[in-house]
Amino acid sequence: MSSKARLMQGNEACVEGAIAAGMRFYAGYPITPSTEIAELSAEMLPKVGGKFIQMEDEIASMGAVIGASLTGLKAMTATSGPGFSLKQENIGFASLTEVPCVIVNVQRGGPSTGLPTLPAQGDVMQARWGTHGDHPIIVLSPSYVKEVYELTIRAFNLSEKYRVPCILLMDEVVAHMREKVELPDPSTIKIINRKKPDPSIVNYEPYRDYDGDGIPPMASFGEGIPFHVTGLIHDVTGFPSTNAKVTEALITRLMKKIYDNLDDIVDYECISVEDAETVIISFGSTARSVLRAVHLMRQEGHKIGMIRLKTIWPFAYKAIQNLSSAVKNLIVAEMNFGQLVETVRASAGGRFEVSGLNKFNGELITPDEVIAKVKEVMGRA
Amino acid sequence: MRKELEKYFRTEKLPHIWCPGCSHGILTGAVVRAIDNLKLDQKKICIVSGIGCSSRAPGYLNFYTLHTTHGRALAFATGIKLANPDLKVIVLTGDGDCAAIGGNHFIHAARRNIDITTIVFNNSIYGMTSGQYSPMTPKGSYATTAPYGNIDRNFDLCKLAQSAGATYVARGTVYHIPQLIKIIEKALQHKGFSLVDAVSICPTYFGRKNKMGSPVKMMEFIRDVSIPIKSAEKLSKEELAGKILIGEFYEEQAPEYTEEYAKVIEKSQEGD
Repeated sequence: MSSKARLMQGNEACVEGAIAAGMRFYAGYPITPSTEIAELSAEMLPKVGGKFIQMEDEIASMGAVIGASLTGLKAMTATSGPGFSLKQENIGFASLTEVPCVIVNVQRGGPSTGLPTLPAQGDVMQARWGTHGDHPIIVLSPSYVKEVYELTIRAFNLSEKYRVPCILLMDEVVAHMREKVELPDPSTIKIINRKKPDPSIVNYEPYRDYDGDGIPPMASFGEGIPFHVTGLIHDVTGFPSTNAKVTEALITRLMKKIYDNLDDIVDYECISVEDAETVIISFGSTARSVLRAVHLMRQEGHKIGMIRLKTIWPFAYKAIQNLSSAVKNLIVAEMNFGQLVETVRASAGGRFEVSGLNKFNGELITPDEVIAKVKEVMGRA
Repeated sequence: MRKELEKYFRTEKLPHIWCPGCSHGILTGAVVRAIDNLKLDQKKICIVSGIGCSSRAPGYLNFYTLHTTHGRALAFATGIKLANPDLKVIVLTGDGDCAAIGGNHFIHAARRNIDITTIVFNNSIYGMTSGQYSPMTPKGSYATTAPYGNIDRNFDLCKLAQSAGATYVARGTVYHIPQLIKIIEKALQHKGFSLVDAVSICPTYFGRKNKMGSPVKMMEFIRDVSIPIKSAEKLSKEELAGKILIGEFYEEQAPEYTEEYAKVIEKSQEGD
């Protein structure tokens, strides 16, 4: 075993990954089951010269994170369902103003205060559409503690690259479980930093698409170029506009910078899908039970496979569209009443039977339950 | 406008959106004059606002400017100041923005004694949404949402700030501009959380709803009801009713948040 291998909790891996990615600012508010992320950030950030602050509420934490990012620091906050709802106002602000930031949501049972200490995956749709208006967002979901580390780094990288809030959507199980993790040599980690304005630019306009890639270079407050940032619809200069063409161009660019780069952003793992007749789509801790079920059923000779989503939003439409016509059934396993299943159904476009395996009582979906569901679906065919 | 002040404005964005007779322009001018008098480095100043009439001021000012969500200016400003303590951070906010939806952020920024100067453009009404009562609307006044008279009791923002931990607290008005500029200068020079309650007028909504007459009449009203805090000490509660106390309320030197955090960084690295 390498000296770097450690028994590590998911929330701990998140902070390790964040600091490796360059996080130097954290603002948060205590909430189960994400609190360890705040505690560890409070301990570790000052050691690397970073800043931690416990704000008066969830809304303020999100605001402080955006403020810090505007000065050039990579910033993160972590919360759970109730706090995630409160942060939505300012997540929308970050989307529109294109301020990079990472928001961790360790999902617990809801709605409302719900089941604070028990797992759920009930915020899939809130993560996509929680804030008002059309907006871009990237949502990643890890299944393993090591993957929490990797996807936290990826969340920072994607957020910086595309100037978009990136949500790490965990669940209580992945956040609190402990697994052996071997941290990579920091020099091997790929780090992406936001694009800065070319020094040759005269009269910098903060929202001009100088490079034609839909991502304006970002100056920081304090660097010497005064500029304006507003949550109002704005033109390329950053100042408010109610002009229809300006509005349309802005919203279109915000969406296109994500949807034109799906191959870069969308990540998933296909396991045994080549000859599969039944494919289970899952993510987070649920995918671990699904994986076990796939192994067990393969041993019995069943043609079963799985797609494990690492990026939830934007959705992996291609993964569904690329499935062969040998596939008869799709099952979407998720710890909620049925959220992602509707998107899968839309992507399937009638090619496959789509059904949901749902659990929303604070308990995990077990491998046995997955097997039972697969057999039920196969029996129907 | 004085030529030497033009550099502080994004003159191409003028004229402003405020109504004729609104005094927010006078307050914005006072802020800029205070900055100019102190010869502060323009490239080290960040001005943050929330939502409302007051909060449109930063858009006209040539600094790093951030127009945030309703009530949240101090939350964003706290992130900016902690992330980059070299910046002089100023929050321009309104009475609704600061004292209602932003009330929690206000008391906690004061409690931390973080080095932010908050200037409240206090016109006793929600102007942008056209005349609803705010936590600063005097009891008995009329507003579009108080057609039978306001039964809410209003805050004394200065007392609120002081008890929450602010270390410089003062009130001025749009009528007493030389004094207000001095107060803003003091606030900007103060290390820690400073509050300036800047009493403003809204002829369009507060004035009209309360039959106060022209903007000039409203200015005269402010002149007539304002008394220096020193002279107020000798007056009875009855004599003080309806009066605006102006001047410096409170000042103390206390540990400032970002300086305290710098010590946390040092402590965390001891023995490394």
